[in-house]
Formats: sequence, structure tokens, C-alpha cells
Amino acid sequence: MMMSKHSAPDELILAHATGWLNEPLSLLVETHAALNEESRERLHEMEAIGGVLLDELEPAALREDALDAVLNRIDDAALHDAADGEPDALAAPARPRGVPRDGLELPATLRRYVGEDVSALNWRPLMRGVSEAEIEVGDGGRARLMRIEAGTMVPRHSHRGQEATLVLSGAYRDGELVFAPGDVQLADPEVDHRPQAIGDTPCLCLVVTDAPLRLTGPVGRLLNPFIKL
Amino acid sequence: MGFDRPMTDALLLDPPTQASLIRAVAEQRDRDAFGRLFRYFAPRVKAYLLRLGSDDGAAEEIAQEAMVTVWRKAGTFDPSQASVSTWVFTIARNKRIDGLRRTRRPELDPEDPALRPEAGPAADRLFDASQRDERLRQALKLLPEEQAEVVRLAFFEDKAHAAIADETDLPLGTVKSRLRLALTRLRRALAAEGIDQV
Repeated sequence: MMMSKHSAPDELILAHATGWLNEPLSLLVETHAALNEESRERLHEMEAIGGVLLDELEPAALREDALDAVLNRIDDAALHDAADGEPDALAAPARPRGVPRDGLELPATLRRYVGEDVSALNWRPLMRGVSEAEIEVGDGGRARLMRIEAGTMVPRHSHRGQEATLVLSGAYRDGELVFAPGDVQLADPEVDHRPQAIGDTPCLCLVVTDAPLRLTGPVGRLLNPFIKL
Repeated sequence: MGFDRPMTDALLLDPPTQASLIRAVAEQRDRDAFGRLFRYFAPRVKAYLLRLGSDDGAAEEIAQEAMVTVWRKAGTFDPSQASVSTWVFTIARNKRIDGLRRTRRPELDPEDPALRPEAGPAADRLFDASQRDERLRQALKLLPEEQAEVVRLAFFEDKAHAAIADETDLPLGTVKSRLRLALTRLRRALAAEGIDQV
């Protein structure tokens, strides 16, 4: 049985770093990066490439009053914040403090989508021992949490579309491979799999499916992690 | 007209100066410091958006929005995680996506207590973010042009470039292997420089 880490491929991380992934897959990559230091480092490296390339772009002329316009917007925003009683616009984005109600240690990126208590989501049973809850995301694709009770085996299935799965807690086995928290599994319609939750706790996963990747052109297709070459 | 003259000055904005200007914006709400950052970055952010196919009006608007975010979030800039250029790049990238979608974009929170292992200067990282940039800059210069081009395309593809790629009729596999080679070389450059330092 393989116990190695299953990190997202470069193409998926690069597609996120360059801004070409849709929102559900971006959510999956960011959550994965929070749980996997090596992928986080790769993401930071790729973003650093973006920074270097930005530096080297030939500057484009702005409107002459652009700086004044921006300073005015900053002043307006400051007045607005003061009126709202916001202490400081500089503060980091709101982050739930303390132990979340469901007791799960999930990255803040994902928490902003699923709230403080995942059990309060709208869960519906798929089969005995397997249930799912939709997560509201913007453009394209579909994101859900999937919960597989300990020991439950999902029957052999393939996918009509592409599917990306990220383990959040617990673990599952698929054939010889074991997927633990932070691990990513990509599957396309040809992949035939039967995951089984292992260990003593339920396996909670983030699953993104049927995501039409907003990628066009040769380089766009190149960044599509589902296209094998 | 416009920024002809200030640009000359702005071209000399080196990374340590950029970082100290961000600190001045964060800690003293220093408008002069912000003005210097603006003159350097806003025209580049606008150029980035134009490269990606925005029209002039949209590119101007998103560049301005991105600079408002630079002001508002200056206090969250962490020089151990990213250089100012990288940080501004991610802001511009996210603003562009927000503009396209009018939706949220998932963002990694560097202070997230759930980060595993916890964030902080990685013990095995041998150089800081601005040093990493400098090494990446050198390594990008040394890439074979065909590899450098696919890296640029990955970040800046627009319709014009897709058309060029179509015209050159490069097999997808070739493009993909060039990109892999480029990433491998860039990583090797970072690692090798790190070892030299030990």
C-alpha cells in the first residue's frame, strides 16, 4: 500500500497561480496548498514568477489623474469605514476565532465557504454511509463536501465528467493508493474507482466535479490538468 | 504625457525600497510613499491587464482598484512570504478575476492556524522572497527563448497569443514539455543558488 503524499500536479497549481482556474477548482487548490507545504511552496514560486514577469512588462500609460482618483477612493473608503464603525480597514480578512463548532481543523479558505459548522450544511444521503452537501460557489463547476463513514466502500463507479477530490479529514483507500488529509486525486471519465474510507473516523472530502475549465487556446489546454499527453 | 517624467524615477524602484515604501504606507499611511509605489506598479498592472485582453477602460479601472487594495492591505504584506512585485501580481490577478466573475475568489490566508505545517519562515528556506525574485529573474533570462515564451504565455496569454500559437502549429505535447522543462530549470536554479550559499 502506498503511503506517499498525493500533491496536485504542477499544471493545476500553475493554472491557479496564473488565474485561469474557475472558482471551485481554485478553492480546491488553495485548500490543498494550506494542507500541503510542498504544494504551497510551489504555488508561491509560481506566483513569484508572475511577480518577476509583472516587473518586466513595458508600463502602460495611465490617465493623468489616476493617482488622484485612487487617493480619492481611498479617502471615500476611509470615511465609509469610519461610518460603519470598522476599527481598521487594514485588518486581515475576518477569520473565525477559536475552535469551530464542528471541531474540525479546516483551512480558513474553505471555512469562508462552509461556515463554522459543516454538520449544519444541507446534507443529503447518497447511499448507506455516504452523504454529500453542496457548497455555494460562483462560476462553473460544482463543489461539494462528501462524507464517507469509516469502513464504507463506495461502489465501483466512473465519472461522466472530470472529478477532483481533496481529503480534509480521515482517509480513504482506492486500490493500492491511500489518500490522507491534504491529498488530491484527479479522475477523468476513464478512471474507474471504488474508494473505501479507512481508519476509525469518517472521511470528509472536498469534491469538485463537472468543472468546465475556463481554458482556451493551446496554452490554456496545456494548463488543463485533466488532459493527459 | 502622463507619467513620462515620474516613470524615469519609478524605474529605479528596487525591491528593498519597494518593501520599505509598503511599510511606510502600512505604518504611517504615507501618501508620498504610496505615490511612488503607484507610479511604479499601476502602469505595470495596467499593462498586465491589457496583455490579457482587457480594453483600455477596464484595464485602467482594475489597475486603480488593485492600487486601492495595495493601500488598504499594506498592513498584511509579509516580506518573508513574497516580494512586493509578487504580492501586487496576486492582487492584480485576483482583481481581474473578480471583475470577470463578480464573485469571490478563494485566497490563501498566510496566518491561518490550520496551515500545515504552520506558516513561518521555513527552516530549510535559504533566502528571502526578494532574493528568490532575483534568482528567478536571472534564471528566466537564461532559459532558452522557446521555454521562456511558454512561461510568459501561461501568465499573459491573450487572444493574440493563442492565434500565434495556432499559426505556429506547435503540438500541444511540445508546448507542455517546454513548460515542464522551464519549471524544472527555474526550480533547479533556486535550489542550486541555495546550496552555493551554504
